Amino acid sequence: MRRGIFLVLGLLVLAMCAGSLSVGPAEVGAGESLRALVAGGDGPLTMVMREIRLPRMILGLAIGASLGLSGAAMQGYLRNPLAEPGLIGVSASAALGAVLAIHTGLAAAFVLALPLAALAGAVVSVLLLLMLAGPRGGTLALILAGIAISAMAGALTSLVLNLSPNPFAANEIVFWMMGSLADRSMLHVWLALPLMVLGWAMLLPLARPLEALTLGEDAAASLGVNLDRLRWQVVLGTACVVGAATAVAGAIGFVGLVVPHVLRPLVGSRPGPLLIASALGGAAMLLAADIAVRVVVPDRDLKLGVLTALVGAPVFLHLIWRTGRSAG
Amino acid sequence: MSLLSLRNLSVTLRGRPVLRDVSFDIEAGEVVGLIGPNGAGKTTLMRAALGLVAAEGESSLAAMSPADRARHSAWMPQSREIAWPVSVETLVTLGRLPHGGRADAEDRAAVDAALARMQLDPFRHRTATRLSGGEQARALIARTLAQQTPLLMADEPIAGLDPEYQIATLETFGALAREGHGVLLSLHDLGLAARHCTRLILLDKGRLLADGVPGAVLTDERIAETFRIRAFHAETDHGPIFQPTEVIR
Repeated sequence: MRRGIFLVLGLLVLAMCAGSLSVGPAEVGAGESLRALVAGGDGPLTMVMREIRLPRMILGLAIGASLGLSGAAMQGYLRNPLAEPGLIGVSASAALGAVLAIHTGLAAAFVLALPLAALAGAVVSVLLLLMLAGPRGGTLALILAGIAISAMAGALTSLVLNLSPNPFAANEIVFWMMGSLADRSMLHVWLALPLMVLGWAMLLPLARPLEALTLGEDAAASLGVNLDRLRWQVVLGTACVVGAATAVAGAIGFVGLVVPHVLRPLVGSRPGPLLIASALGGAAMLLAADIAVRVVVPDRDLKLGVLTALVGAPVFLHLIWRTGRSAG
Repeated sequence: MSLLSLRNLSVTLRGRPVLRDVSFDIEAGEVVGLIGPNGAGKTTLMRAALGLVAAEGESSLAAMSPADRARHSAWMPQSREIAWPVSVETLVTLGRLPHGGRADAEDRAAVDAALARMQLDPFRHRTATRLSGGEQARALIARTLAQQTPLLMADEPIAGLDPEYQIATLETFGALAREGHGVLLSLHDLGLAARHCTRLILLDKGRLLADGVPGAVLTDERIAETFRIRAFHAETDHGPIFQPTEVIR
């Protein structure tokens, strides 16, 4: 039965990839557009497919997988279903870096200025985290440091907005922060993808240590888990994927929180298999949301982060309500 | 060779000594009960032996690599944490992680044997977090049994269990010792400790006060001094009886 879930999720991701490639303002049939992508040629359709829709699909796939995977890893590590990848403050700091780039005009200088500034923000937050939570600090120190960093980055972002020279600059910042995959190029893919792959390489091998952690830290250590190494693998892996995702797509909430939560019962609540399941589920959810923003109101540029929150929050409320009832 | 060998083990936490110069060995076939009043250092001793807390002195376990140690000793901490609503079978299977955890025939056999030993077969597919405290404790003991290690260590394994399961659990540890395992348990119930352990180690204020067969360790003077109680004890045809009777004021 468990294999079936991975099969269904995998097929769902494939369908969403095809869907993502087939949707856009250039109204071409799905078959025709996919043919143009694969066959190539120098027609305008091939260019649309390869330069616009393909990077968008790849980013949706990779960022969705990253958010789902890091959410599952974070919940497994903290043994708390309310944990999410943003908890360690990396996404807020990356957003601050991007906002500073927009505010200073650096973002207009060259195309990768904004994502690079966001990555710089992410790196600063990881260094701060290392200092505050210490090389051997406990879980609580890590959470508190993450909350403090998030709060600080949020306050500074508000300050930048507060001091923005005109409403247009403020608008640009606010819209960027809502998160989007529109108008991204292969350049964005090449910047973000290697970092995300590095993050996946750190997070995917955590299946066994996270399983052991079901029994608490002492028992996990006695089962051979190196707790210090586990902590930094979770933190650095999450920082890599979340930093890269925020740098190219802005802040996209709720995927890392809701997806592991929804899929947990389907994998028998085991934190190990939940990692891959959540990566697949996150990719499917983000690709679906990115299709929806193009289909539902094509002429109003609905932001991806707005949609994931609009869908994610009620789902999450429902889950809490259900959990509350089964516990009570 | 001893299954566990401690030499001059000392632990200082925040400048306060909680374990001082403790040395002893555990051999195959022994059920060693660690007794002592609250705060005597029983938990710290076990954690230091496993290398989970920084200690001075030597522990044969702490000197091992984490992977080797996990195949040599199983440990059930006092905090009976089950973080996720997994099935009892999944929980017990976690004990197979140090052996690869690939769910092969050997793993399944070990899990089946552990479930049977703790009389958990009817609970196999139940959700562990929805069981009663006593049933959860039995599932967690089964997890350590599934690890199939020469040495078993458990911190208060029978606290909160019904008398039936307290006795059954201690008998299980006794049977494991007769099969060649070594067992170290911290226990609060001196009566059960006297009946079911082959040897007792008495700790007080971080020091090892006595180490020997139950009758030799649980003397009137020592229990008066460390536990501040008087007790009735007798050797009977059904084994030793030790019953605390009154507090010394």
